[in-house]
Amino acid sequence: MTGVVSPMAAPAALRGAGAWKPAELLFWTLPVIGWFAFPENLPLLTQIAITALFALSLDLVLGVAGMVTLGHAAFFGVGAYAAGMLPAYLGIGDPLLGLVAAAAAAALAGALTSPLMLRGSGLSQLMVSVGINAMLYEAANKATEVTGGVDGLPGVENTPLFGMWSFDLYGRTAYVYAVVVLLLLFWMARRVVRSPFGVSLRGIRLNAARMPALGVPVNRRLAVVWTLAAAYAGVAGALLTQTTQFVSINVLGFDRSAEVLLILILGGAGHLYGALVGAVAYMSIHHLLADIDPEFWQFWIGLIFIVVVLFARDGALGAAARIRDLIRNLILGRGASR
Amino acid sequence: MTAPALETRGLCKAFGSFVATNAVDLRIAAGSRHAVIGPNGAGKTTLVNLLSGLFRPTSGTVHIDGQDVTRLGQHERVRRGLTRTFQINRLFADMTVLESVAMAVAERQGLGRRFWKPLASYGAVMDEAAQLIEGLRIADAAHSRTRDLAYGKQRIIEIALALASRPRILLLDEPAAGIPTRESRELFATLADFSADTTILLIEHDMDLVFRFADRVSVLVGGALLVEDTPARVASHPLVKEVYLGTAQHV
Ligand SMILES: Nc1ncnc2c1ncn2[C@@H]1O[C@H](COP(=O)(O)OP(=O)(O)O)[C@@H](O)[C@H]1O
Ligand SMILES: [Mg+2]
Repeated sequence: MTGVVSPMAAPAALRGAGAWKPAELLFWTLPVIGWFAFPENLPLLTQIAITALFALSLDLVLGVAGMVTLGHAAFFGVGAYAAGMLPAYLGIGDPLLGLVAAAAAAALAGALTSPLMLRGSGLSQLMVSVGINAMLYEAANKATEVTGGVDGLPGVENTPLFGMWSFDLYGRTAYVYAVVVLLLLFWMARRVVRSPFGVSLRGIRLNAARMPALGVPVNRRLAVVWTLAAAYAGVAGALLTQTTQFVSINVLGFDRSAEVLLILILGGAGHLYGALVGAVAYMSIHHLLADIDPEFWQFWIGLIFIVVVLFARDGALGAAARIRDLIRNLILGRGASR
Repeated sequence: MTAPALETRGLCKAFGSFVATNAVDLRIAAGSRHAVIGPNGAGKTTLVNLLSGLFRPTSGTVHIDGQDVTRLGQHERVRRGLTRTFQINRLFADMTVLESVAMAVAERQGLGRRFWKPLASYGAVMDEAAQLIEGLRIADAAHSRTRDLAYGKQRIIEIALALASRPRILLLDEPAAGIPTRESRELFATLADFSADTTILLIEHDMDLVFRFADRVSVLVGGALLVEDTPARVASHPLVKEVYLGTAQHV
């Protein structure tokens, strides 16, 4: 290495690149704390983990690559149905095979829809995504013989995980299963966003017009991340099917697409952790409010969203970073901020 | 005779009924530094956009080393060795200088599809990016976010991103636009160091810089090429004096 930049730059960058920060390790103790603190509420915690994975998938396309979508439930739904049909029609009850099938089916749906998403950007992208979602919903609604339509697809029976752990009544297996899958896929996503490919996605979000002039085939990169995110969403859908042993047509609902977008914005888009924080915050608030005020909880959720968007534009993570900087500056006694 | 590094044949671009590029036949020999001058609105940036593949021509063709690239997209022309800078900065505001240059270097090294190891762990990429940043004398800004830098520094990053692709043919669209004369002298000296055997097409308003830097000059007026010659002869050409230099004082 030569010169002024490299000796300090490369090692620092290397350290920052791969290693997990203490705050991250601390964050991942939350699922363990949850297990001991709320043994009665494991099904809710499982739902949170699934929602976090779904929001993580959205973050890959929206937060990292800057693709606008309001139809992400399309892929969640494809995964959910795939994981339901495998045991219901083919008698294949292995949960891991179900996840693989769901990921494959959703990735296929992602690959097929990516050309549509790449025709435009911004609002037209939004419209296309809503359209894809709506068409899949109606298709599932019509195809009652296969999907059960509005009655849903019952009889989803999974065999024990690795042939050892059956899905118990308290949802213990389901919880550990969902959290481990989330952690694995998060770890992969974390690697991807730091890789040259991931950095090029950020480049596309920050300045899509410059990237071709650096030799980047922008649409091909976006098609790849769209397909990858679809697979992630599909796995989230499959986890829901497997842990509830039922597929409701709501897996394809537009509500779900809107909700996951709100969750990501609530947590902060583009940093992966925002998706997780948003899911934990939203689902907890939802649960508490629905207890306290079952009729008007949506009113309070709406109020919270408005406050977040007005006062913490970059979500909970952004607000946390600003508070951290503030404290750091107070302690260090200087005004330097990033 | 070998084919010119960059050539256009009957290149036309119309926006509606407005003709921005009018039957341009340009030949740029390998290794030469070719300036294109002309008044504002003459179609200089449009020409760069056509050469780089950002615009598709209405008619006519573009050739790199004699090969027709008219149908190739921007990124494919970059792979063939042709890179451009933008008159108005197109940077990555939230990235550090090192990050954005490393990204560009990684693309040139063909690593852009690698999705598993962190970008920062590719030693060859990081070293090359660091060297480029030092060479352009912006090492002190390596870890600053692009948005926090002064305009002059940002202008250099605009060029660093293009140099990161190690172009054989470099199109510079008013690289010194908006920076003080003294700094622009330095910038051009650095550019000359960096691109000793690069074919360069330069759009520039400052005639002093053009005379110093270029070995050929084309004059573009109203989308059409008026004259092409050595800098000295272009400067004394009566038509050029009338059309361009006469108005240049006011630009
Ligand atoms: N995308 C476009 N759409 C319509 N008109 C354009 C476009 N780009 C350039 N023009 C017009 O073409 C002419 C030449 O512009 P330009 O190439 O930017 O000139 P220069 O770079 O020489 O100042 C101008 O009149 C400009 O308005
Ligand atoms: Mg111009």
